[in-house]
Amino acid sequence: MARVRPGEAANPAPPTVQRVRLRFAKRGRLRFLSHRDVARSFERAVRRAGVPVAHSHGFSPHPRLSWVGAAPTGSASEAEYLEIGLTREVDPAALVTALDAALPDGLDVLDAAVAGGTALADRIDGSHWLIELPGVAPDALRAALAALLAEESVIVERVTPSGRRQIDVRAALVRAEVRSDGVPSGGSLSTPPDQGAVCATMAAVVRQTTPAVRPDDVLGALDVVAGLRPPAPAKATRMAQGLLDHRGDLADPLGSDRVTTRA
Amino acid sequence: MTGDVHSPSGTGGIITVPSVYPDLEPLLPRVSKPVQYVGGELNAQLKDWESAAVRWALMYPDAYEVGLPNQGIMILYEVLNERADALAERCYAVWPDLEALMREHGVPAFTVDGHRPLGAFDLLGVSFSTELGYTNLLTALDLAGIPLHAVDRGIDHPVVVAGGHAAFNPEPIADFVDVAAIGDGEEVVGEITDVVREWKAAGRPGGRRELLLRLAATDGCYVPSLYAVSYGDGGEIASVAPVDERVPRSVTKRTTTDLDAWPYPKKPLVPMAETVHERASVEIFRGCTRGCRFCQAGMITRPVRERSLQGIGEMVDSAVRASGFDEVGLLSLSSADHSEIAEITKGLADRYEGTNTSLSLPSTRVDAFNIDLANEISRNGRRSGLTFAPEGGSERIRRVINKMVSEEDLIRTVSQAFAQGWRQVKLYFMCGLPTEEDEDVLEIAGMAHRVIQAGRAASGHNDVRCTISIGGFVPKPHTPFQWAAQAHPEVIDERLRKLRAAVNSNRKLGRNVGMRYHDGQPSLIEGLLARGDRRVGRVIERVWRDGGRFDGWSEHFSYERWTGAAAAELEPLGVSIDWFTTRERGRDEVLPWDHLDSGLERDWLWDDWQDALSGREQDDCRWTPCFDCGVCPSTGTDIEVGPSGTTLLPLTVVNPVSGGPGTSG
Repeated sequence: MARVRPGEAANPAPPTVQRVRLRFAKRGRLRFLSHRDVARSFERAVRRAGVPVAHSHGFSPHPRLSWVGAAPTGSASEAEYLEIGLTREVDPAALVTALDAALPDGLDVLDAAVAGGTALADRIDGSHWLIELPGVAPDALRAALAALLAEESVIVERVTPSGRRQIDVRAALVRAEVRSDGVPSGGSLSTPPDQGAVCATMAAVVRQTTPAVRPDDVLGALDVVAGLRPPAPAKATRMAQGLLDHRGDLADPLGSDRVTTRA
Repeated sequence: MTGDVHSPSGTGGIITVPSVYPDLEPLLPRVSKPVQYVGGELNAQLKDWESAAVRWALMYPDAYEVGLPNQGIMILYEVLNERADALAERCYAVWPDLEALMREHGVPAFTVDGHRPLGAFDLLGVSFSTELGYTNLLTALDLAGIPLHAVDRGIDHPVVVAGGHAAFNPEPIADFVDVAAIGDGEEVVGEITDVVREWKAAGRPGGRRELLLRLAATDGCYVPSLYAVSYGDGGEIASVAPVDERVPRSVTKRTTTDLDAWPYPKKPLVPMAETVHERASVEIFRGCTRGCRFCQAGMITRPVRERSLQGIGEMVDSAVRASGFDEVGLLSLSSADHSEIAEITKGLADRYEGTNTSLSLPSTRVDAFNIDLANEISRNGRRSGLTFAPEGGSERIRRVINKMVSEEDLIRTVSQAFAQGWRQVKLYFMCGLPTEEDEDVLEIAGMAHRVIQAGRAASGHNDVRCTISIGGFVPKPHTPFQWAAQAHPEVIDERLRKLRAAVNSNRKLGRNVGMRYHDGQPSLIEGLLARGDRRVGRVIERVWRDGGRFDGWSEHFSYERWTGAAAAELEPLGVSIDWFTTRERGRDEVLPWDHLDSGLERDWLWDDWQDALSGREQDDCRWTPCFDCGVCPSTGTDIEVGPSGTTLLPLTVVNPVSGGPGTSG
């Protein structure tokens, strides 16, 4: 590798020869990570794991990690995705193991597949969320959801960095139902609710829009149509992302090539 | 069981101190940057509560983003957790939004590791890099349910131990802390642990007072409540005397020698949140004898103790492997002064060639710096700006402060740097130095102009940049300027106004000069806290009760709150904020920290103060004969510098996935 000469780019980076797509989870107390916190943690983990990650050129080389639609700060997820550019071909299964070991507990790498076909972003147009509502009775949630689904359009307002945005929650809501089985499988969400305390759980499939409809927006819509205001903060977990089919189910963005581990 | 759901080792043991996380978690969606309160960073540790006889909570009394990278806390956290009989968990100051919710919902102050309440620990160690963290200590104590005043604490309350550089004058917080640990912390925390363990194992004989007496007999530990202070008619201290025969008259700082035997932190904490230093740090030496008279750190950390080439090589390797950081900071008070700095930087640049790992030397003197060093540092990574600290604008004032860097050196170095592709240089200065006149400060403008001219000539184009950054000088204890009158904020603000006009007097050059400064008011309060005595504690408490928090942050700092509290609390006692700050002290006045021994002879400090006033320089004892500052004989130490006769060792980076298909880490 050449020494830096005056006025020259600091690092002529080797080219990308392979791209690997990863699915990972954001769990437990790490649900409070922002997208930038997640990205920072992955950048360090690829170095720590010795992953031959490709870098951008120039004075400030950055590892080539590409992200799609991050779960908001405070939301857990079982289905976040990124694509890593590599300077050498790597076995996706080895990448899953090495990267998972190099990440803090709660950022857990689940699946990997060598990138092929359509772009990752084109394989995702919907999200499946589970939203826990401590202190809300399931019947109250059921009634509010029925009221929401009966509407054609329900607008909520969100303050974004670029100003106030009007978001049509109902239009983006593909499916929503009250779940009776409560906490998602794996028990990886934080604290279980107290014995005897009510806690309703909602499953919702949301079509990806701009800006994306978040769990908070769905709750905002329930307030608008039915005055439902949870007494305690809700806990949302993204369970899946993918392409919506005609039934409102989601197709796996990693397709059939994936390598799967269960953390 | 509700608590400790995030204990990585499960909940096999009996948890007698449950986590407060279940109560905290519902509050976190309502605060800014909740990630800073959840812990779980890479290389964080969480030991079983029952496994340890002595439990420390270690606090950095500022925001997480500032406190997490702190080397002192990281070192003590590892040193204590390596002991079988101890555990240590970390905590940081909580922002007012969470503080309000914690009060509303009855959630006590907690550690980020186990989310255990601070009140359940045996010891609360607080590291004060700056005096502006004092009000945050009171917030933590209050949220923890620990009485603010040490005198009100009972046998079950934690022992509050202050450390860090500000602990060299802990008198302003004497009412609030039980112990001040003076000097290097690596060894004394172990000895404190031993004392507490033995006292607990014996059934806590004699209660809290006996424990404090035992701690007062431990080298480097000062127990303010075991000293009585009396005052004379003029407001000055008349005497400071121990109240028990088991208590020493003075306390000498601790000094860790042979840094190679203390290679901490071995596994630096890697935050997920953004912090002020996004890098792994390796301390390449401790102490400095350049003798800058304003510099408390240089005075109180003597003598110079270098880590060897091999020791540095191993620590950098360990830190990079354990953290994944892409930058390694080679820390010290003046990093280019390491006797083997050329070998260190070249060796590390060779080792990390092609790995996008950059090096940084956060503190470099222009006279110890050269362009080869700069090229090695930037070889594998970023070529950001160069930063130097001439500190004084005129040759005369630089003689007064004994920072003997010449403008010729500066211009030569920046010319080379601009010729090699650098585009920016930052220069740090102070305003309000002893004997300073307007002309001394106005010369900063000329220096900045000449840097731009030299940069344009060397680089061949016009878009070079020089940023001058100016802070108000605060006289600190244990320095030759401990007797000096601090400049009034109005004087500083006026000089900086004139400086800005002088910078802009030449538009063609001035438009490439950036100027950053803070107004002088926070410096005056820092000065009150730095050189205050026990009477200043009332001011701190009043400010805190009036809402004072995070005084190091301009958006939270209130000058009026401090001056109002100082007037209310000090003037009835016959003293004032001016008495503590802008008043010059005489040779015979008892200073509040005189019974705390930094190793420096008081007479030598006074002579150096007189030399400053007459503009006489003092050389560095690493390269010229000993000038008898007193540190080595009084602390039983000696200068430890290279060449060490060791090498960096040709370590290579291990890639768990480098073998291609089938290999795994």
